[in-house]
Amino acid sequence: MNKEILLGDEAVGLGAIHAGLSGVYGYPGTPSTEIFEFIEQRTRKGGNVHAFWSTNEKVAYEEALGMSWAGKRSLVCMKHVGLNVAADAFMNSAITGTNGGLVLAVADDPGMHSSQNEQDSRYFAEFALIPCLEPGDQQECYDMIFDAFELSEALRVPVMVRLVTRIAHSRTAVDTREPREQNELKPDKQIRKWTLIPVNARVQYAGLTEKQPELVQRAEESPANALDLRGGTGVIACGLAGNYLFENLEPDHDYSVLTIRQYPIPPEKVRALLDRVDDLLILEDGYPLVENRVRGLFGLEGVHIRGRMTGEVPRTGELNPDIVRKALRLEPLPTACDAAGDLSNRPPALCKGCPHTDSFRALNDALEGFDDPQVFSDIGCYALAALPPLEAVHSCVAMGASIGMAAGAAHAGYSPAVAAIGDSTFSHGGITPLMSAVQQGVNLNVLVVDNSTVGMTGTQRSMSTGTTLDKIILGTGVSEDHFRVIEPIPRNHEQNVAVLQEELAFDGPSVVVARRPCIEAQKKRAH
Amino acid sequence: MEKNIILAGVGGQGILSIAFVIDHAAMDAGYHFKQAEVHGMAQRGGAVQSNLRYADREIFSDLIPAGKADLVLSVEPLEALRYRQYLRPGGWVVTSTTPFVNIPDYPESDTLLGKLAALEHVIMVDTAHLARAAGNRRAQNMVAVGAASPMLDFEETRLLAFVERLFARKGEKLVAVNQRAFRLGRAAGLFFRHSVAAGLAKLDSLRLLRKLDPDSIDPAQAEAWAAAIEDDAALLDRVLGSEGTVACDDVPLVA
Repeated sequence: MNKEILLGDEAVGLGAIHAGLSGVYGYPGTPSTEIFEFIEQRTRKGGNVHAFWSTNEKVAYEEALGMSWAGKRSLVCMKHVGLNVAADAFMNSAITGTNGGLVLAVADDPGMHSSQNEQDSRYFAEFALIPCLEPGDQQECYDMIFDAFELSEALRVPVMVRLVTRIAHSRTAVDTREPREQNELKPDKQIRKWTLIPVNARVQYAGLTEKQPELVQRAEESPANALDLRGGTGVIACGLAGNYLFENLEPDHDYSVLTIRQYPIPPEKVRALLDRVDDLLILEDGYPLVENRVRGLFGLEGVHIRGRMTGEVPRTGELNPDIVRKALRLEPLPTACDAAGDLSNRPPALCKGCPHTDSFRALNDALEGFDDPQVFSDIGCYALAALPPLEAVHSCVAMGASIGMAAGAAHAGYSPAVAAIGDSTFSHGGITPLMSAVQQGVNLNVLVVDNSTVGMTGTQRSMSTGTTLDKIILGTGVSEDHFRVIEPIPRNHEQNVAVLQEELAFDGPSVVVARRPCIEAQKKRAH
Repeated sequence: MEKNIILAGVGGQGILSIAFVIDHAAMDAGYHFKQAEVHGMAQRGGAVQSNLRYADREIFSDLIPAGKADLVLSVEPLEALRYRQYLRPGGWVVTSTTPFVNIPDYPESDTLLGKLAALEHVIMVDTAHLARAAGNRRAQNMVAVGAASPMLDFEETRLLAFVERLFARKGEKLVAVNQRAFRLGRAAGLFFRHSVAAGLAKLDSLRLLRKLDPDSIDPAQAEAWAAAIEDDAALLDRVLGSEGTVACDDVPLVA
């Protein structure tokens, strides 16, 4: 047995390698990125693990499902909002079922450190009728990947491992095991299982529902769901929340505690807890999923249930030991000083010398003369152009949404309809809306800021940059006359403004690519 | 034994390198440890922190509860103030005094240093000055961890071994520079603490330390300097006004 210092994400990655992984799939997204990166780096010099970033999460999920179909173990990782993109494949993979073990590691972002929302992926596991494991520490991140693959191959369903930012991006020493061999190539040729035409899908779906009692039984029996019956005040602590609970309790505390780290919710264990207590606090980092299930519509007679829905725990945001302390009605610990109230904030900003700064300065100047023009933007570093001093973009919703929203605004008569999107986000979700807009002849202007990398998440490989990007754009049908490439450097400012103005004046779809490599990526490549 | 440290700075200043050194020293010493950090959007020049905890028993929370931080170790003076509400009574702030100005409303230097000096338990080091003396301005993070190192529960040699491991890939020269930065930080931090304990005003100690030849700084001389300055009100101004740097062991001569 070895010990390694690992992030929660890295522990998931190493667990997967040691559990006999044959392929890892994903699209970068904080806080999940390091799972894939760890496996990619660790297996670069051998190990025969396929590790290549996918175009988006849906593609990643389908590739992982194909690997499972072929009998091998595959891991697909993404951030919570990435699962929205992969949802079609994800939901239906529960219906087809799996062959080789298929594990979805999804990292939620309670508190929205780097995300548009804090949706809770446990609902997706419940929705798809599959098991979900929720590690409480980094050792469990490693160990539960073994359990997840075993569970997937035993039940023939995909298994979700749900992380949150605070576990994904926290490090500790992790004990590792002897690696397991990879599975043999053994394709699953049960055609009716994999061909979800209605006549087959109905059978498969019924089969999935028939598996549910076994999922519940396994959750009841799992040591991950530990019940410790003591006094008449109870706590249910899900995943990481258990750490904040035990941080605040002495070892000889009098609370009855159920920790939940494997779903579906184990009803018998919850029942045993409810039989013991008359006051129950429910702690979960994310939505009040367990809280709402346990309370039901009308509450429970004889048990006062407290949590996010009753205000003892804030309805939104990330848990921390102080919130949990307050919810336990314990006195705050004494501190040396109060918070400095008047401290200047230091928000993130575009790097010094970033090409996006030049691109958006040019766009701002080109749009001068329009009355309060609004620019639809997308997910990436350039969303920081929303903040001062640039204040150049005015939306940021979903991967690729800039183009679709600009098109919709143009349909409504809004002009100029401008979309700004990065090269990687364009390949992820921008191609199809551009194709739609071009085929409809919509009057919109797309600015693709091509910095040749996935910048925000740490400069991963972009799928569509340079000439590949140009060919894709022209392939959507954009006219060559209204496809322009500029180099966003300060010296070119005037001519770049002129190019953008010309295209803004054109009544029809146009695309301007502002092409200059990310300076962070260049620094990294130089090392 | 339990030690809770908030590492603070601005994205890109290398607080994760500090964490690397302490994490490894903690594992090496057989302690439990957890270290939560910030990745992604917040790293882009924004305020960043890492919660680092080690103990001789199991650690539960990855985050340090308010009132349990023993130390705020900051590579930047404004950032040092951002987490002070987490300090337990008696907890320390060890901070760089070198500002990283990338926001329009960055406070005036004197105001900021005054706020830091007003903290009861604080060690202030001019990390840029000492890192330059060590041979590389980017080694400020190692100056800072050196300044805090007497409060950590590890031998100096163990910490230096992990500084070596951290930079080994980048060559012997950078290893030497960073180890030197660590040692200069450690000496300056101790000198600051001892001189202040002996009655020297914090900002005066900081000024004096900037004037001393960095390689000569000897914490054992701190009390003598404090006493000499207390005896002779004009001494500090004379020292600060003199040509070039002053050797730390010149205190009897100047006095």
